[in-house]
Amino acid sequence: MIPAAFDYTAPESVADAITALGSDSEEIKVLAGGQSLIPVLRLRLAAPTLLVDIGRIEELSGITEEADTIVIGAMTTHADVAESDLVREHAGLLAKAAQTVADPQVRHRGTLGGALVHADPAGDLPAPILVLDAELVIAGADGERTVAAADFFEDMFTTAVGENEILTKIRVPKHTGWGAHYEKFTRVAQQWSIIAVAVTVQVDGGVISQAKVGLVNMGSTPTRASAVEQALVGQPATGDAAKHAASAAADGTSPPTDTNGDAAYRRHLATVLTGRAVRAAVGG
Amino acid sequence: MTVTEDRPTTEVGSSRLRKEDQRLITGRTRWTDNITLPGMLHLAMVRSPVAHAKITSIDVDAAKASPGVVAVFTGADINDEQGSLPCAWPITEDQLAPPHPSIAVETVNFAGEIVACIVARTAVAAKDAVELVDVEYDDLPVVLDMAAAAEGGDLTHPDLGTNVSATWVFDSAEAETGGNVEQAISEAEVLIERTFRQQRLIPAFMEPRSVVCDPTGEQTTVWSATQIPHILRLMLALTCEISESKLRVIAPDVGGGFGGKLQVTPEEVVTLVVSRRLARPCKYTETRSESLLAGHHGRDQIQKLTLAAKQDGTVTGLKVELLADMGAYLGLVTSGIPILGAFMYNSIYKFPSYRFVCKNVFTNKNWTDAYRGAGRPEATFAIERLMDELAAEIGVDPIDIREKNWIKHEEFPFSTVAGLEYDSGNYEAATAKAKELFGYDALRAEQRQRRDAGDQVQLGIGISTFTEMCGLAPSRVLGALSYAAGGWEHASIRMLPSGKVEVITGSSGHGQGHETAWSQIAADRLGMPFDDIEILHGDTQVSPRGLDTYGSRSLTVGGMAVVAAADKVIEKAKPIAAHLLEADADDLEFSAGRFNVKGTDSSVGLTDVSLAVFAAHNLPDGIEPSIDAEATFDPANFSFPHGTHLCAVEVDTETGETKIRDYTCVDDIGKVVNPLIVEGQVHGGLVQGIAQALFEEAVYDDAGTLVTGSFVDYLVPSAADIPHFTTGRTESPSTTNALGVKGVGEAGTIASTPAVVNAVVDAVRHLGIDDIEMPCSPHRVWTALQTASSGADTPRDKTMVDDNADPSHNAQVSDGSGAEGFTGQGGLG
Amino acid sequence: MARISIEVDGVGYSDDVEPRTLLVHYLREQVGKTGTVVGCDTSNCGACTVHLDGASVKSCTVLAVQADGHEVTTIEGLATGGELHPMQQAFHENHALQCGYCTPGMIMQSIDLLHDNPDPTEQEVRDGLEGNLCRCTGYQNIVKAVLAAAAATPTHSDAAAGTGRSGGTA
Repeated sequence: MIPAAFDYTAPESVADAITALGSDSEEIKVLAGGQSLIPVLRLRLAAPTLLVDIGRIEELSGITEEADTIVIGAMTTHADVAESDLVREHAGLLAKAAQTVADPQVRHRGTLGGALVHADPAGDLPAPILVLDAELVIAGADGERTVAAADFFEDMFTTAVGENEILTKIRVPKHTGWGAHYEKFTRVAQQWSIIAVAVTVQVDGGVISQAKVGLVNMGSTPTRASAVEQALVGQPATGDAAKHAASAAADGTSPPTDTNGDAAYRRHLATVLTGRAVRAAVGG
Repeated sequence: MTVTEDRPTTEVGSSRLRKEDQRLITGRTRWTDNITLPGMLHLAMVRSPVAHAKITSIDVDAAKASPGVVAVFTGADINDEQGSLPCAWPITEDQLAPPHPSIAVETVNFAGEIVACIVARTAVAAKDAVELVDVEYDDLPVVLDMAAAAEGGDLTHPDLGTNVSATWVFDSAEAETGGNVEQAISEAEVLIERTFRQQRLIPAFMEPRSVVCDPTGEQTTVWSATQIPHILRLMLALTCEISESKLRVIAPDVGGGFGGKLQVTPEEVVTLVVSRRLARPCKYTETRSESLLAGHHGRDQIQKLTLAAKQDGTVTGLKVELLADMGAYLGLVTSGIPILGAFMYNSIYKFPSYRFVCKNVFTNKNWTDAYRGAGRPEATFAIERLMDELAAEIGVDPIDIREKNWIKHEEFPFSTVAGLEYDSGNYEAATAKAKELFGYDALRAEQRQRRDAGDQVQLGIGISTFTEMCGLAPSRVLGALSYAAGGWEHASIRMLPSGKVEVITGSSGHGQGHETAWSQIAADRLGMPFDDIEILHGDTQVSPRGLDTYGSRSLTVGGMAVVAAADKVIEKAKPIAAHLLEADADDLEFSAGRFNVKGTDSSVGLTDVSLAVFAAHNLPDGIEPSIDAEATFDPANFSFPHGTHLCAVEVDTETGETKIRDYTCVDDIGKVVNPLIVEGQVHGGLVQGIAQALFEEAVYDDAGTLVTGSFVDYLVPSAADIPHFTTGRTESPSTTNALGVKGVGEAGTIASTPAVVNAVVDAVRHLGIDDIEMPCSPHRVWTALQTASSGADTPRDKTMVDDNADPSHNAQVSDGSGAEGFTGQGGLG
Repeated sequence: MARISIEVDGVGYSDDVEPRTLLVHYLREQVGKTGTVVGCDTSNCGACTVHLDGASVKSCTVLAVQADGHEVTTIEGLATGGELHPMQQAFHENHALQCGYCTPGMIMQSIDLLHDNPDPTEQEVRDGLEGNLCRCTGYQNIVKAVLAAAAATPTHSDAAAGTGRSGGTA
């Protein structure tokens, strides 16, 4: 299948991209890595009149370090995120989650920023970004603004990025030395998550001092399992403690029902897999 | 006599690397969609989004005005030429079938049916115009549930007055091939009753279907991604009322079929009709979404089964009551698919009585038709699941229960209760070898340990001992089953003056390795070098006679035609060789490509004879100057490969996730032409069968819309989802053909589905589960575990037991007694 | 129309394309590289896999305009001077193909896989091919071919210590 016709522009600066977004074309979409957007266009589920390809803006790619923060350009690919020594050392959860996105070919093209702005409820990267308390830098006609991850994901396929804005970078606070695990549950390898659990924990002397737990596809946006996080803090870094704390994982969630499972099953999986993810995170 | 070194005589049996690989690994392949012709136009189809409706209006004006569009056709526009798509298998004299237009005319009967066709200068322009066609529908009631449809209610085709297309019965008492099954059931000491669902599947060949028609020559040439160029030519001629001699059909490189390209498709008819109307070459290539939506589907049956047995495990009868969902129409062999299974429910066993009743039912879904195995996987699944249930019921190892009932190797040839004669087999040998390769006893011991420890991950072992009827088919048998065609195959051999050989086969390979295997056969038979033999196929102008490739028939039927043609070549060459040697033909022997005068070192090569007949200067009087030959082979019987497949599955009882840990199979497919190719066929078949057990299902929603309309939702497994297989072979040569071969294309698919499901059920049987519907998704397994632990019955029909039977063998195993008894003995098995 | 310049299998091409043209359609229809095929419309099957600047991508999920100024290698650019690429040879020798439709993509991805991980385990090969579907082979011989190609290609770890499998997940 072939997309419907559209105009195309490939600006080489953020400023030019913002200008392009402000043009009077009827429906404008930003093309990042295209790994979600192009299939949607091919199936003609969307028919934009103008694509603004931000793939040629060099400043949007790359991973750098700023004091207590890792800064990831929005156009950095999943493969580069997964393989980055900086990300692995300071935001291990994100590296692990990026390594599970789709398949190697998609990871070569798909971008962190693109995945976050696409905001698929079953996407692998929003939950780690949420859990790591990242900040998202959004550029618009009036300059840059920064949005906390907790405020970024507004609804299914909807984020804080406005019509005439682009996400430029993701600032991830360093979680150096934290254990991390991304537990993804699928029926076949390249499937979207039926559910997934993103966990990162800090362990001091065998006791969990800080815990962050996020859930994928348990609602229209990624969610924090706050009750689990609270229950884990102060607990010994053991499987039993993890299992006990995880029993509250599905509290307050509203997971979907589809051919892969109903809501009740997803709630059950959330508790089981959260326990496993925490166990794996404290172990590693 | 010396044998020239470059004339090997042992090609058959060697793992020749495939000669067809070169173009495939370098990207020099000729797929139908690669073809472009001068002036070629492109087609795109407008498809119905609704499952059942009257078409009240179609407005094509905007589409016609769209840039690049040359024409738009509706069903009404081509109704005088499109005819009705053929069903070649009226299984009963009173079978009902609706008209089957390629483009719907008055009503649409499933979502995805073509309602209009756009013709444009480019594929893009055609697709752009699809959205501009405005069709108005007046909804009709949507019939989706085959069981309800069989009972009446809303009708898929009101004109037929019923949703039942046909009812087909085989009864061993009536056929005098066995006893009365009702009597066996009434006298049974143990009864196993189950209802299994064969979910709807999609063949999902990797190359989407494509067709190119060129009407500009004296013959209209049709290139199609089809398994059946010969059948297609005949059927297109009959359907569109075109002289058969005015059609040439070519199947170029074809990217898989698995039964899914055993069809005369609406898209082929439309492309043909439109190209002739416009007198321009036309191409249509489907998208994957269209392929999943509108390429025919497979399976979709409900099997109600009753197995009667004695307390000692001896089966006394089997009754099968089948519902088969045809979908909205009858395709080429739609109605016959369940019938192909009818003869296989008794499988390798000596059942004394058998009854099979099948109702074919119409619903508002895409039509079903052949998919790898076609009827036989369903039958094998049913009986192999039942044998496991019987073993659990009476508390013996599932291998023992099979051994108690199977045909022993010394009992061949064996006439079965379904009326077939099995020529050869050795179930004992295959099973013994499989158990050894698998480490059966050790795995049973581990299973016991895990059960005793109450491990979160439980281990299950599944068994499938199967046979199938291959080599479709003896023409007389097909005639008796009301199939419209025969089952022979044709080959011809051209002996070229340069010493090279062309073998022309009516088989039409699409990945099976025919070019290599046929070369091996011809090389041995003619005593010629493998590399000097060229295999030509898949073009009705080159290979004028043939019945194509499906039903594991190519080697057993088509390969035998090559053997017969080669023998004729030698017979024709013999008097000429005698003449050249100045010897008596009776004194010649043919060996390693040469005719030798017995007892002398005087000889002449077959290639020398080729050259001699080309020159034709010096031939015996009255001899035709040709040693080319052709042969048509019609088998006297099917062949019956068999095998024992063993599968170990780990089931995570917390999540319902299943993981195949070990899979071992030992297949007996008779003599093997190329072990490398055979092993590849087995691997691929296994994955398709495993995919039915665990992953794949075509799902429609309540409105009749296909939910699994892309590979996002229709879960074809990748390498990451599949284990390593251990394969082995035993060999009982077929006695029904000179090669001793049996067929292997469908074996893996037929055997593996029940092996996997038996293993999944076995892993959790002690927890009170005795069935899980396919595909055994984590959600379904978990739901079964939840239901069982809550003490409720599993959703299937309760197992019924005759009042007089021993109450300790009541089939409800949720108390664990049956399962415990069985595992206690497992290590002894 | 947009003007693009792309190097395909070592040859430079400049063409006008519609912005919506997918890279795979550009390769097949404008450059004539029909060895690369389309198997799906959702980026699942991997049949269209090519290398873009040396990394594997699904050419059905890249616009031709995105590839402007870049280098593409297809299945048709692997064999050099009549010599098959070692991965092509390994696929042939291990009967890693049947109908051959997935084969171009499978070979391109397998090359990428060994580029990232020259000495993979069987499971790593399977995981590295998760984005490529094959309906014929059951994958076993594909995995075998990739492992054979890895074994046939000297790697740093083999050269250094000859210890066989090294931590290949890097």
